[in-house]
Amino acid sequence: MSDLRDLYQEVILDHSKNPRNFRKSETANRTAVGYNPLCGDKMTLFITVENGIVTDASFQGSGCAISTASASMMTESLKGKSEEEADELFRQFQNMVTAPMDQEPDTEALGKLRVFAGVREFPARVKCASLAWHTLEAAIHGESEEPVSTE
Amino acid sequence: MTTSQIIKENQTGSFDVEIVRKDFPLLKRMVHGKPLVYLDNAATSQKPLSVIEAIERYYSEENANIHRGVHWLSERATEAYEDSRARIARYINAAKPQEVIFTRGTTESINLVAFSWGWKNLRDGDEVLISAMEHHSNIVPWQMICAKTGAKLRVIPVSDNGDILLDEYRNLLNPKTRIVAVTHVSNVLGTVNPIAEMVQWAHDNGSLFLLDGAQSIPHMDVNVRDLDCDFFAFSGHKLFGPTGIGVLYGKFALLEEMDPYQGGGDMIRSVTFEKTIYNSVPHKFEAGTPHIAGGIGLGEAIVYLEKLNRHAAEIHETNLLHYGESLLRHIPGVRIIGNAKEKAGAISFLMDGVHPHDIGTILDQEGIAIRTGHHCCQPLMERFGIPATARASLAFYNSREDLDALAEALGKVRDIFHY
Repeated sequence: MSDLRDLYQEVILDHSKNPRNFRKSETANRTAVGYNPLCGDKMTLFITVENGIVTDASFQGSGCAISTASASMMTESLKGKSEEEADELFRQFQNMVTAPMDQEPDTEALGKLRVFAGVREFPARVKCASLAWHTLEAAIHGESEEPVSTE
Repeated sequence: MTTSQIIKENQTGSFDVEIVRKDFPLLKRMVHGKPLVYLDNAATSQKPLSVIEAIERYYSEENANIHRGVHWLSERATEAYEDSRARIARYINAAKPQEVIFTRGTTESINLVAFSWGWKNLRDGDEVLISAMEHHSNIVPWQMICAKTGAKLRVIPVSDNGDILLDEYRNLLNPKTRIVAVTHVSNVLGTVNPIAEMVQWAHDNGSLFLLDGAQSIPHMDVNVRDLDCDFFAFSGHKLFGPTGIGVLYGKFALLEEMDPYQGGGDMIRSVTFEKTIYNSVPHKFEAGTPHIAGGIGLGEAIVYLEKLNRHAAEIHETNLLHYGESLLRHIPGVRIIGNAKEKAGAISFLMDGVHPHDIGTILDQEGIAIRTGHHCCQPLMERFGIPATARASLAFYNSREDLDALAEALGKVRDIFHY
């Protein structure tokens, strides 16, 4: 049986109650809006990229504990990363929360973000954890003006 | 004493939920190692064994296409399907079986009216009146037909308690209002709207009235002729029947005036490349081979409901609703959304500092199924300034123990979130 404590770890609860970088940014040169129609979660992500390096990342919006904590921890982990490194984080994070249970995904670069590994046992919540990351991809690669949707 | 009085007397007898629960095989199952507590009835209801067996019997003993074959089996299937239609008509007190059109569900029923009646009758500047508590299925079809015809969609507001503002309704009714489309019971707030009065006002104004009964008919007897609504839409799967089948009731004269909604087989009388003559009501609205097993299954669900002590079941459910609300009100930090004067079926709530989606996940681990999210009512969520709610919704087979389990699990939610 999946354990709720794997999902709602203290770090995740802390970030959901006191999200870091929860603010609008005036200097951001990459923004995107993410939307999870299933639960009504909406977030705006603000990224500042200078010379290919993320110098600031922040977000605003409302969401469940998982999506808020995920956005909060993502913004912390992005600062100082190159766009390529951010892409790699996205890829590893996505793998970690969606890989089949019998596989051991590569989480080398993720560091503290590994606390979200427990999400894999709760398929209904994968979209909550990955909303911020999909929004990040849209902000960096900026293909669409439309909000990113998890559906 | 008339027959109906005698029936009523007999119906005030007892209602034993433990006996009723035995009729629903799914209620016996375990989820995450715990006995299932099913409180998501507004999304879909569980099915009694008799319905499941009727569907199996149809496929193993009676399966044939209807209305066409001259062989024995086809006649048998046609009879079973049409018997269901007649039974449904009696159950809602339609004037005749032809007033019952089989659809895929409430959504298709409303689309049928919007596109058949609406396309023919709505003109530029006309108005369609809905309420702020409508499900997307009673908003979007009207928006679509309004965009095609130039008609305007107008919305009756609701109070903070979740009651329709009747004064506003009266003010919104005007000579341009061609149709009023409102839900009988709100799937989020549980509000029971004062439909008889609202229909009367609409008719006094010269407007038609479509009643969305998806959330009412599972909880109460609906008499379409007493309510005098022009259309009544509901889904089989919320009424203890199969998915993929639903009903549009319409007054016969209106249905006769309306054009078909889809073209194809079964809805025609004769076809040449120059001209097609349509079949009569209800068949002109039922193009193609229908969901025969679904129609028969829904008929069987109504047989089950007819045998049930409906009056006592309704009292049991009302008591449950009050019991559940009082349990939730005593949990610190829990706020009920929807405190209308009259309620049925649903208890929507919020918990301080915990998103409904997290509540849903934690409850699921306790074997408790509730719904979390916007419940296909995004404009209503916006009205209350909330992104989502958690919703426990009832059926007559729910027990006090189900609600005790809910309250206890909400305590666990508080523990996990340290509130």
